[in-house]
Amino acid sequence: MTAFRALVMRDLRLALRQGSDAALVVAFFVLAVVLFPFGVGPEPQLLARIAAGIVWVTALLAALLSLDRLFEQDYEDGSLEVIALAPLPLEAAILAKCLAHWLTTGLPLVVVAPALAGLMQLEAPGYLPLVVAMALGTPSLSLVGAVGAALSLGARRAGVLLSLLVLPLYIPVLIFGVAAVEQAVAGFATRPYLLILTAFVLAALPLAPWAAAAALRPALE
Amino acid sequence: MFERLDFELAPGGALVLTGPNGSGKSSLLRLMAGLTPPHLGALSWDGMAVAEDPAAHRARLHLVGHQDALKPVLTVAETLGFSAALRETSPDHVPTALRRFHLAELAELPCRVLSAGQRRRLALARILASPAPLWLLDEPTTGLDDASMVDLLAAIADHRARGGMLAIATHLPLPLPAAGTLSLGDFAPRRSPS
Repeated sequence: MTAFRALVMRDLRLALRQGSDAALVVAFFVLAVVLFPFGVGPEPQLLARIAAGIVWVTALLAALLSLDRLFEQDYEDGSLEVIALAPLPLEAAILAKCLAHWLTTGLPLVVVAPALAGLMQLEAPGYLPLVVAMALGTPSLSLVGAVGAALSLGARRAGVLLSLLVLPLYIPVLIFGVAAVEQAVAGFATRPYLLILTAFVLAALPLAPWAAAAALRPALE
Repeated sequence: MFERLDFELAPGGALVLTGPNGSGKSSLLRLMAGLTPPHLGALSWDGMAVAEDPAAHRARLHLVGHQDALKPVLTVAETLGFSAALRETSPDHVPTALRRFHLAELAELPCRVLSAGQRRRLALARILASPAPLWLLDEPTTGLDDASMVDLLAAIADHRARGGMLAIATHLPLPLPAAGTLSLGDFAPRRSPS
């Protein structure tokens, strides 16, 4: 447990001191959402209709933006080898890195999302489901993303490969995340959608670190 | 890479790996660390195959490779503190490690301002920050000045006096008493003429 905490704290400290990655992700999220009213026109009804989808799709792309850094820096400077040679199982080390990644990118997206939804004229009943759905959905993005980051590690144009690997896997989170908000706006229950998002994250918690570790081991040989 | 290779290390023993570039010194160290599985053959600790409990094997070794594995924004003390915490050993050894490699006065500096030799010393101090019985050192002397060489040899002598083991790949003739030598060039696979 000491090792797990030490790894999370180290990654948080690196993210805070380097600063740029987390800030870039949030800045991209804000800017990309702000582009839509310019592109489709400022009519409130139209924006309200597409608000949930825009916020979610942009959040997925923003989360993707930071993923290629998840293992790459540690791989290049040899830290990943030091971590892999610690007694801590590689799966647990990956889980720690995912937790730190979520805290520095997923959580800021959840915090900023309501303000951007307001900009997109989302109707009042949609806000709470949006925040809850994003809080449940973004950890899945970090976890599934870690598998993609591990698989594409060391590849040329890893960022592009990573998008191709990971974006299709993000579709279920997108569908149920958007549905939760739209059902709430239409006056229906959101609970089933939120439960499905919970199921995704609970399935990803054990499976994604396991798959990512299997993908990382050959890269470390 | 190599074949018909057979060796053992007793407590307090040292093994010097020599051989031309590309003869597999680093590969053998990585194999001993458990990073690379052997194609054929077995690696044992006290008669028990290492593959049976990889986590226990990782807990008893340190591998210092070609890369220093330092983060530019972490300080020297934080780097060693993280290393001790990652290996779940007490942080009490960190001040000793800093002193032994003359890094105490640099403790609060971020790694990005260190020189190449200082970075190397910090990478080596990591093995003292969390004690482990087996040291696998891959060309540890690269970039070290004479004074640091003396520090390293003193640390190795102490380690062996306490029953620690050492496998070291090096091109320099190091004064290691009673060390076995393994010249990996002799174990290169015989290529069948084709």
